[in-house]
Amino acid sequence: MSNADYKEITRTGLWSNNPALVQLLGLCPLLAVSGSVVNALGLGLATMLVLVGSNMAVSLIRHAVTEAIKLPAFVMIIAAFTTCTELLMQAFTYELYQILGIFIPLIVTNCVILGRADAFASKNRVLPSIYDGLMMGLGFGAVLVVIGAVREVLGQGTLLADMHLLLGDGVDLTLHVFGDNYPSFLVAVLPPGAFIVAGLLIAAKNAIDSTIERKRAAQKIIVKGSKRVRTTGKVA
Amino acid sequence: MAFLRASSPHTHNPNTTHRVMREVLLATLPGVAVLTWFFGLGTLSNILIACLFGLGLEAAVLKMRGRPIAFYLKDLSALVTAVLLAIALPPASSWWLIGVGMIASIVVAKHLYGGLGYNPFNPAMVGYVVLLISYPQYMTLWLAPENLSVQGAIFDITTLFELVFGGLASTTMDGLTAATPLDVFKQTAGLTAQDIYAQKAIFSQGLFAGAGYEWVNIAFLLGGLYLLMRKVFTWHAPIAMLVTLALFATVFYDAGSSNSGGSPLLHLFSGATMLGAFFIVTDPVSSATSNRGRLIYGALIGALVYIIRVWGNYPDAVAFAVLLMNFAAPFIDYYTVPRTYGHKKAQRATHTGGQ
Repeated sequence: MSNADYKEITRTGLWSNNPALVQLLGLCPLLAVSGSVVNALGLGLATMLVLVGSNMAVSLIRHAVTEAIKLPAFVMIIAAFTTCTELLMQAFTYELYQILGIFIPLIVTNCVILGRADAFASKNRVLPSIYDGLMMGLGFGAVLVVIGAVREVLGQGTLLADMHLLLGDGVDLTLHVFGDNYPSFLVAVLPPGAFIVAGLLIAAKNAIDSTIERKRAAQKIIVKGSKRVRTTGKVA
Repeated sequence: MAFLRASSPHTHNPNTTHRVMREVLLATLPGVAVLTWFFGLGTLSNILIACLFGLGLEAAVLKMRGRPIAFYLKDLSALVTAVLLAIALPPASSWWLIGVGMIASIVVAKHLYGGLGYNPFNPAMVGYVVLLISYPQYMTLWLAPENLSVQGAIFDITTLFELVFGGLASTTMDGLTAATPLDVFKQTAGLTAQDIYAQKAIFSQGLFAGAGYEWVNIAFLLGGLYLLMRKVFTWHAPIAMLVTLALFATVFYDAGSSNSGGSPLLHLFSGATMLGAFFIVTDPVSSATSNRGRLIYGALIGALVYIIRVWGNYPDAVAFAVLLMNFAAPFIDYYTVPRTYGHKKAQRATHTGGQ
């Protein structure tokens, strides 16, 4: 892949090879901290930052490391970027840092990051690698935010609550979807809710894919019919 | 005259799903009647709302799945799930509470796993546990039996409407609800069993296991015996559950001291014991399949019910015990494959080596 196809990278990262919906990687943070939009967005951004940074660094040193020390080197790089992210969050979004707790250092064990370092960044030039990290991070973060939104609406009846944790004091975007007297639906808040919502999202993605597939197949039949008119020459 | 030769088996089985489900619905009637007698119209409103949700959701999901709607609605399985959940919920539950429970039962526990016959977990119990975990503030309010409550209130239509369709003020609620016998027994750890029976109204008004509750359980026991007589299920799972529960209760009765876990009669005839034993544990889909398997399955449910009731956080435990054992049912089946006629010894369900 010397000539990186940015369109293809975008498509795989966001949809056809989405880390959360297709590769099913990084499910631990996906399920644990997707209780609300702000938590999901916080962890999504942190993961994306690490992903972009590690992809860039791995791509830069890809000719220097040998096969034998490849994985330790990648893990060191990822750990370094995770530590940077952790320190950044500690400095700028301290409350969110406390809420996400152990899941920020645990980004280092997120398989998406090591997976992309190994599968993409170690074989590609720097710019495509950075772009791949960005797209994979976006795909992961988007799923995280959607799950967070669904669980927040079902679980607490709010949307975008506590956004000041991420955007600074004075920002209040809280929407009370079902009014003020919504009794919290604890199953959605607890881990089973995350599993169910993630499962439904995967089902929705598969349904969309198969609909597209069916439409494409339907169009092909029309093409076939027009060929039958030809009586000479090659009929495909 | 043509000689018709049919191959074996020559017996034919009248047990259609429709017939079995109809029998189960019939067998709940005594229990429902006694529940209504003691706890008011709330039981009936529960059943009505749950059935409406059950049929509506079942039809909607069947339509989405592209299955014949009338055919599956006629097997009555959605109604059985609805009735069982409605009986398990506190009488006069809010309509939306029942709705959420039915969505969890019919849509999640039943159809997301493939529909009738494919559900690894008992749908009614999934609905119940989802509600119990999500809305403890509503699920732990059980109406008091008629003679302990504000006289006549639970048979009053306006009160019923307020309970089901609007939030009733909490002071009114306090007058209508009371702790269940199992809850009372759990909360009064310092008293001997004799004192509890003498001091607490719920026990002193009753005969042996709490006013009202004992009769509800006897009614469900009768319904269960009817089903047993009609050969809807075998005796193995329910009897194993009841015997184990009674055994545990006897061992830990401790002569009714302040450490007592409660008498065997209390455990057998209070809470959801009989409903669970004859209507939930016997679910043919989510339980073990062989007779030996059902003995183990039922016995472990009985043990779990006692363990969670006495040493756990919840006063009653049938739903949790059943769901836990639903997990284990395939595992039990694996080790209890019956000997096939003509074969020497029973084999495990699957084996890796070629024998």
